[in-house]
Amino acid sequence: MRIALKNLVKNYGSLHAVSDISLEIPQNRIFGIIGKSGAGKSTLVRMMSLLEKPDAGSVWFDDRRVDQLEKNELIAQRRKIGMIFQNFNLFSSRTAGMNVAYPLEICGISKQEIDAKVKSLMEIVGLGDRIDAPISTLSGGQKQRVAIARALANEPEILFCDEATSALDPQTTRAILDLIKSLQKKMNLTVVMITHQMEVVRDSCNFVAVLDEGRVVEQGAVTEIFSNPRSSVTKDFLAHLMSVASTEDAEAEKLVRWSSKGGRYTLRFRGGMTDTPVLSRLGRDLPVEVNIRAGGVQHVEGEEIGTIVCDISGVEENRKAAVKYLQEQGIVVEEADNE
Amino acid sequence: MSEILRLVGTATWQTLIMVFFSTVFSLLLGLPLGILLCISSPEDQGGIKPMKVLNEVLGRIVNVLRSFPFLILMIVLFPLSRLLLGKSIGTAATIVPLSIAAAPFVARVIESALKEVDHGVIQAARTMGSTNAQIVFKVLIPEALPSLVSGVTLTIINLIGYSAMAGTIGGGGLGDLAIRYGFQRWRTDVLLAAVIVILIMVEIIQVIGNKISASLISKR
Ligand SMILES: Nc1ncnc2c1ncn2[C@@H]1O[C@H](COP(=O)(O)OP(=O)(O)O)[C@@H](O)[C@H]1O
Ligand SMILES: [Mg+2]
Repeated sequence: MRIALKNLVKNYGSLHAVSDISLEIPQNRIFGIIGKSGAGKSTLVRMMSLLEKPDAGSVWFDDRRVDQLEKNELIAQRRKIGMIFQNFNLFSSRTAGMNVAYPLEICGISKQEIDAKVKSLMEIVGLGDRIDAPISTLSGGQKQRVAIARALANEPEILFCDEATSALDPQTTRAILDLIKSLQKKMNLTVVMITHQMEVVRDSCNFVAVLDEGRVVEQGAVTEIFSNPRSSVTKDFLAHLMSVASTEDAEAEKLVRWSSKGGRYTLRFRGGMTDTPVLSRLGRDLPVEVNIRAGGVQHVEGEEIGTIVCDISGVEENRKAAVKYLQEQGIVVEEADNE
Repeated sequence: MSEILRLVGTATWQTLIMVFFSTVFSLLLGLPLGILLCISSPEDQGGIKPMKVLNEVLGRIVNVLRSFPFLILMIVLFPLSRLLLGKSIGTAATIVPLSIAAAPFVARVIESALKEVDHGVIQAARTMGSTNAQIVFKVLIPEALPSLVSGVTLTIINLIGYSAMAGTIGGGGLGDLAIRYGFQRWRTDVLLAAVIVILIMVEIIQVIGNKISASLISKR
């Protein structure tokens, strides 16, 4: 199902949580929405998942306007949406299997049918042997798997994930993202992935919108945003991704930092051109020296995106020429404001 | 000795009857009231269907009833007992004021137990398309069950205390016995026996309540 947001506005008192957001979310894709804490992501997803009404603007699923539904229609529509959360929000009074049964129970489905469905869903998420487990006995990753099974019980066409991996360690995060990706394909889901982690966008999304202070500051295909970020917020996210990479997640990111200092210039280039000896030519043709501080290759949707963090020394005029030369080669160059 | 046993036995039975029925009736009154107080409260306090006026009116009534001294409430409610049961004296008649006195307490206990339920869980239930009734009966109450059991335990213990007081103005039971024999006739032995039975009752209820609550939690 396609989702369209048109000029959405949501204020809490004088606080503009969401200011005039319009987005087209294509069907059968994973669409990321990234933003810092307080950017308005949860508010936005609450409006998309029909939990809150916007102050202005409209929400559309395919060609149906859904933000002003009457009570019964609203409940019927919500039953066709799946949603998972950072804190899992499972019912502690129910076992894992009974959690998955809940959305089926409230639709009045027969006990037999529910049992069969619960069993197959728990198997799909890899917890076929934990159906009777109390929630407190499950690990974070297992809890999120139960939550995913519960969200998909009614065979929705849309899955909203609000910081679904933010409470999980990097390894579990990747496993959950892989599960979501495979389910997305299997069930033809439209997935909206809310996150504050660029690695989640890189590892799972096809498209991304960057949110800041209640507005969309940048959006596009993930490969495009990674290789050519425009807004400062996006650049910050990418820079953070690199610094994270050098520590806890180094192996998976394949990024290495061999100097903790320096790195005024960040160069990004897409896979196709990694053969060209750009940097050595730069050093040869211009009186500048390139000192590489960190670098590596990231895989984004099967495409390689190279990143090099370096210093370029020389007189200002030559440094400018060097940047210009790099840009001519199709490399995106970001320059830090201060040294 | 056999006289004490007989006296205390009858009084204990009367107390049990009073406490049992007033617990049942105060729950019947207080449970819906507590649920209503919870769901009608403002959204940021966990209300699933905020109703400002209703919430405030109910809240006021509950507060007034709770701050009423019990003895005075009993006297005020004598006419109601007479209307319902044809008499205002005796064990049965005492159940009416006891239930009404405990109902607002039960309402608050239920309300606060329900409000403890994690908002995120309620939000999840709502996104799945639960009706408000489904949220109350399939989510709020089951999730809050251990606290609800503790609340009911506390109510019963309070009612044991109230019933002792009610007894003194004609309800019978252990409180009445303690006053009539222990205070008015200086029968310390009867007084002591009555007090011990009350203490044992309270202790038994507390232990059972804690056990149930703990076993509910341990299964989670
Ligand atoms: N129910 C609410 N009442 C008042 N303010 C809120 C409410 N929900 C969110 N906000 C405010 O709106 C802003 C955006 O919040 P949120 O959508 O939760 O951001 P994010 O999910 O991106 O961290 C924040 O400043 C937050 O404090
Ligand atoms: Mg949030």
